[in-house]
Amino acid sequence: MQIPSELKYTKDHEWVKIDGEVATVGVTDFAQKELGDVVYVEIETEGERLDAEEVFGTIEAVKTVSDLFMPLSGEILEFNTELESDPQLVNTDPYEKGWMVKIKVTDSSGLSDLLSAEDYQAHIGA
Amino acid sequence: MKQTALYNKHLELNAKMVDFAGYQMPLQYSGLTPEHHNVRKALGLFDVSHMGEFILEGEHALALIQKLTSNDASKLFDGKVQYSTLTNTKGGIIDDLLVYRFNATKYMLVVNASNIEKDLSWITAQNDLGVTIKDVSNQTSLLALQGPKAVELMSSIAGFNTAEMPYYTFKEIELQGHSIILSVTGYTGAGGFEIYCANDAAPVLWELLLSKGERFNILPCGLAARDTLRLEMGFCLYGNDIDDTTSPIEAGLGWITKFTKDFTARTIIEQHKTDGVSKKLIGFELEDRGIPRKGYDLVDADGSVIGRVTSGTMSPSLSKAIGMGYVDTQVLKEKQDFYVQIRNKRIKCKGVKFPFYKADV
Repeated sequence: MQIPSELKYTKDHEWVKIDGEVATVGVTDFAQKELGDVVYVEIETEGERLDAEEVFGTIEAVKTVSDLFMPLSGEILEFNTELESDPQLVNTDPYEKGWMVKIKVTDSSGLSDLLSAEDYQAHIGA
Repeated sequence: MKQTALYNKHLELNAKMVDFAGYQMPLQYSGLTPEHHNVRKALGLFDVSHMGEFILEGEHALALIQKLTSNDASKLFDGKVQYSTLTNTKGGIIDDLLVYRFNATKYMLVVNASNIEKDLSWITAQNDLGVTIKDVSNQTSLLALQGPKAVELMSSIAGFNTAEMPYYTFKEIELQGHSIILSVTGYTGAGGFEIYCANDAAPVLWELLLSKGERFNILPCGLAARDTLRLEMGFCLYGNDIDDTTSPIEAGLGWITKFTKDFTARTIIEQHKTDGVSKKLIGFELEDRGIPRKGYDLVDADGSVIGRVTSGTMSPSLSKAIGMGYVDTQVLKEKQDFYVQIRNKRIKCKGVKFPFYKADV
């Protein structure tokens, strides 16, 4: 189970990489294992401003469907179009090529609510 | 939570375990997709020991089975298996099950794990015929060896040509010193066997099948693949596609419902057949991106609800989203367009006759 120490996490099993005022978001290794084979990722909120914890998309795996939640309040700048043709990148490379959206963070106060790698590890009981 | 006799084997194989019908069962090992394809193309081995087994013995065993099940068990002969349903007094389905005939006075019923207690209390309460009913579920393990290579593997270890056994028949044989029931059944549509054995024999036979099956690239397979495989065949899953409120006629199980004899709620169900039913279980595929899931609404062009999805998945063999669900009979009769409501989207469905997946023959 990979949980890179340089990333931040949510209890909904998303990871967040902060780069200035832009946050890149994806789902964790734990999440992709729980979901199983991803069939597609649907994100139709590009350009929208959403609050933390609002749904910005969904992941459909063979067995199940799961909502994607905003880890922080912000504007969806772009989504990973490579997932359109190769959704399994979420399974094979969840922290790099499997990223989902880039968000322009509008309220950085939410950053303190994110979990460290250590806290996330404790959260999933790994 | 109960464990099957193969629990430790699953852990050794790093299976992802889930709670299912009171048991800790393997959901998947290497992954749903490889396991699914392996069963269609070669061979897979499943632990389905959670299933329930009842032995019915006595002079009137057949009479009791006839009274409680929808299919005509008098057609059974020694070594023959039959798919059937237990019906309730309202014409719904208590369970779907297999009926095995050992001889004229000994039968076995194989029922769904989630229904063991319900079935047993119903059958016991209805037993005014002095039949001995023994629940052997906890002592019995069940392995399913499924796939086109199953016959070759089984023949090599059973010491006879198992290809000669017709579909839905069984034999009591010795396999490596263990007494087993070798049954030409399964719920995958890929062919193969189900093997009933005592719990202590299960780990030995599991290992044996996996090691002898290596040359056929056998994979241990979990409940996830079992579900996509059965769904591609349009086979009903109890609790999803059929339940206490669905009539066998609505569920498309008229073929295992015989009005040549009497059984629980026969009059009601016969009425369903002659008068027609208001909803029917159908298969459909999606014409656009989306995956139907249990509980999603099926709607007409105006968005009015005309049915409900009972099972759905992305079919690994067909690479299409497929589903089963009950649809208003009128909509079907008029061949109206219908859609599945997936969150804020309406995706057009196309009715498909079962099975979704047709094996190359």
